[in-house]
Amino acid sequence: MVNLTIDNLKMSVPEGSTILEAAKSAGINIPTLCAWPEIHHTPGACRVCMCEVEGQRNLVASCVFPVSEGMIVKTTTERVRHARKLNVELLLSNHPTDCNICIRNGSCELQKVAEAVGLRTVRFEYPQYKEKKLDQSSPSIVRDSTKCIKCYRCVTVCEEIQTACVLQPSFRGDKVFIGPPFDLPLIETNCTMCGQCVLACPVGALYEKDDTEAVWAALQDPTKHVVVQEAPAIRAALGEDLGMPVGTLVTGKMLTALRRLGFDKIFDTNFTADLTIMEEGSELLQRVKEGGTLPMITSCSPGWIKFCEHFYPDLLPNLSTCKSPQQMMGALIKSYYAQQAGIDPKDIVSVSIMPCTAKKFECQRDEMSDSGYQDVDYVLTTRELSRMIKQAGIDFANLPDSDYDNPLGEYTGAATIFGATGGVMEAALRTVYAIVTGTNLESMDITPVRGLEGVKEASVEVGALGKVKVAVAHGLANARKLMEQIRAGKADYAFVEVMCCPGGCVSGGGQPIAPSNEKRITRAAALYKDDGAVQKFRQSHENPSVKKIYEIFLEKPLGHKSHELLHTNYVHRGTDMPHGKKASVKKAKH
Amino acid sequence: MAAVDTNMTDAGLAEFTAEQLAQVDKIIADHRGKPGALIPVLEQVQEVCGYLPMAIQTVVSDGLGIPLANVFGVVTFYSFFTMIPRGKHVIRVCLGTACYVRGGQNILDKMSQVLKIEPGGCTEDRNFSLETVRCLGACGLAPVVVIDADTHGQVKPAKLEQVLAKYN
Ligand code: SF4
Ligand code: SF4
Ligand code: SF4
Ligand code: FES
Ligand code: FES
Repeated sequence: MVNLTIDNLKMSVPEGSTILEAAKSAGINIPTLCAWPEIHHTPGACRVCMCEVEGQRNLVASCVFPVSEGMIVKTTTERVRHARKLNVELLLSNHPTDCNICIRNGSCELQKVAEAVGLRTVRFEYPQYKEKKLDQSSPSIVRDSTKCIKCYRCVTVCEEIQTACVLQPSFRGDKVFIGPPFDLPLIETNCTMCGQCVLACPVGALYEKDDTEAVWAALQDPTKHVVVQEAPAIRAALGEDLGMPVGTLVTGKMLTALRRLGFDKIFDTNFTADLTIMEEGSELLQRVKEGGTLPMITSCSPGWIKFCEHFYPDLLPNLSTCKSPQQMMGALIKSYYAQQAGIDPKDIVSVSIMPCTAKKFECQRDEMSDSGYQDVDYVLTTRELSRMIKQAGIDFANLPDSDYDNPLGEYTGAATIFGATGGVMEAALRTVYAIVTGTNLESMDITPVRGLEGVKEASVEVGALGKVKVAVAHGLANARKLMEQIRAGKADYAFVEVMCCPGGCVSGGGQPIAPSNEKRITRAAALYKDDGAVQKFRQSHENPSVKKIYEIFLEKPLGHKSHELLHTNYVHRGTDMPHGKKASVKKAKH
Repeated sequence: MAAVDTNMTDAGLAEFTAEQLAQVDKIIADHRGKPGALIPVLEQVQEVCGYLPMAIQTVVSDGLGIPLANVFGVVTFYSFFTMIPRGKHVIRVCLGTACYVRGGQNILDKMSQVLKIEPGGCTEDRNFSLETVRCLGACGLAPVVVIDADTHGQVKPAKLEQVLAKYN
């Protein structure tokens, strides 16, 4: 431990701590922009965290300066206050002044820091930012370089957490530019559309493509039948964007809010999560029995799929052919449901609420129109839904609960845990075990695949199949580690789950901003509660609505209709940039 | 990002000879898998190709297995790398004090206008590069323009096109 004094407070902190960390532990919040607890990077770029250290001639950046024995630090001297103010002023002098209409108004860290240092005037203007252009090429993510403050947070996330290496610094000095090489439009790069950079960005320089206006328009159009589905992870995170504690399970309120917004039918992606288990479990058993490509790898995470198509196209045969639950639901809404309800699918607008920006890309893929129409028309992230709820003036926290609609709403606990890393694996093992052995697992909780360990392994004795080895990875750096093993033939897993985002969908790129491991764990706990304590059934094959759809429509898992509607194929993309317009998207039909 | 004109850099590999490309491949092969290979490879490749357009950076990125974004970051960081091709003829307009006083800036502006490029640029047909210099030690001849090895003194804006016509 090291003893030091900050602002006359004596404290003792672990060796190697920075002044910033020491101050924080004593309840002193030094403003920061580039330092970010989610990642280990020390660009020391923004200089808003300056402090005075006795014996040092110059002010130091507290986020990189290590503590030492007997150090005396001052964080509120005139010199410090002046320097911090000046540095924020300089940032703002080369920054647009349209806070009122900025997507980050109210959640912007630059606004907060300007407030924290007490800045009231900006005396200079460097209008270089005006030369930058808006990149709206991606269906998922908008890049507005005019607002970039060059904090490098997205760079570290894209390179180290996701290993896509799309956003990088180029040029130098006051010309530094953060973005894809050659300022290529994102759609022409290896971007996975994961949106983890969006969660990292302190300002409005990276954000989700906002599709709320199109959805409002559909809701107001009396000729349209607007159907909605919600991913498992929404119910564990929406509440916190609307003033409730992190990890509040808000399933019933969410469904009521969607009804108030005017959706005509409210289904649940959890239903098709159960269906995914039926199809994917059967596919796994078929591959094992018939000597198909193993390990089979899950395919519900579209950011992961695009990553695999770019960086591991040789492993595409390992991917399950199952569509993601979102796309299964999309295909069923405009076929099965339309048929059952006697509605012309061309009058249906299919909306999904997702924790994910990559889902916006997925729904526009050429392959995703097996109903004869674009299966899912609009994807809204959790943040967009929460904005719509706010715009509608709905007092979310005080809403009564309500229930999903049939026939595509009912779900089991196995489905709801899809939202946390390891959940698909756990759900699949429950059902595969039951199919193979004819009995249930002794305990439904398969804890080795839960939690935030980067790569998790488990081995389950499954009757006649013997020991089944499985692995789970979340975050693409961890996925890459597993793929390297598989590529080298050093992995003897039968089944591998990959989720693109760290922690899985509970911390997807479309979730409420400012992720942390604590939030990942708390949101996941809400889903495990839904599974363990709320839902009647905990195994996908027990879902009565799933049984029914096989009886009256799909016939059997991997049957003819399933192949037509629920399975898909993948594109060999490779890493050569710029990618042609092939990856680009069709216009939505409405 | 005003500083990069992607049209200029996206001309593809067609402009390079098979020989040049073979040399590039060899340079990459010689360095593949070695740590710190990127900068020496880029240096040698620039020597061979004259400049480092997007297509060449892509070849280097693929060959060394280094993301294009990192290659681009290095190319734009160091001033001795260039993404702008060199013209067959290099025009240098002097903006030293003597030349400036006697209308050097006018000459440069006119030159830009005639060639349709900014200083630092290269004409579409790759015939001319336009650069500026500070004093060529020929102040008595101001304003001075040097094209390749030829010094042109007391240049008049109106005569520029006539002078340029000699260089094809
Ligand atoms: S990024 Fe922040 S400071 Fe900049 S315009 Fe938006 S809200 Fe204002
Ligand atoms: S969306 Fe993901 S892959 Fe794309 S730039 Fe952002 S972090 Fe990188
Ligand atoms: S885009 Fe956002 S996260 Fe990336 S450097 Fe700019 S301000 Fe930082
Ligand atoms: S937070 Fe310390 S320099 Fe940016
Ligand atoms: S100033 Fe131009 S030659 Fe000296």
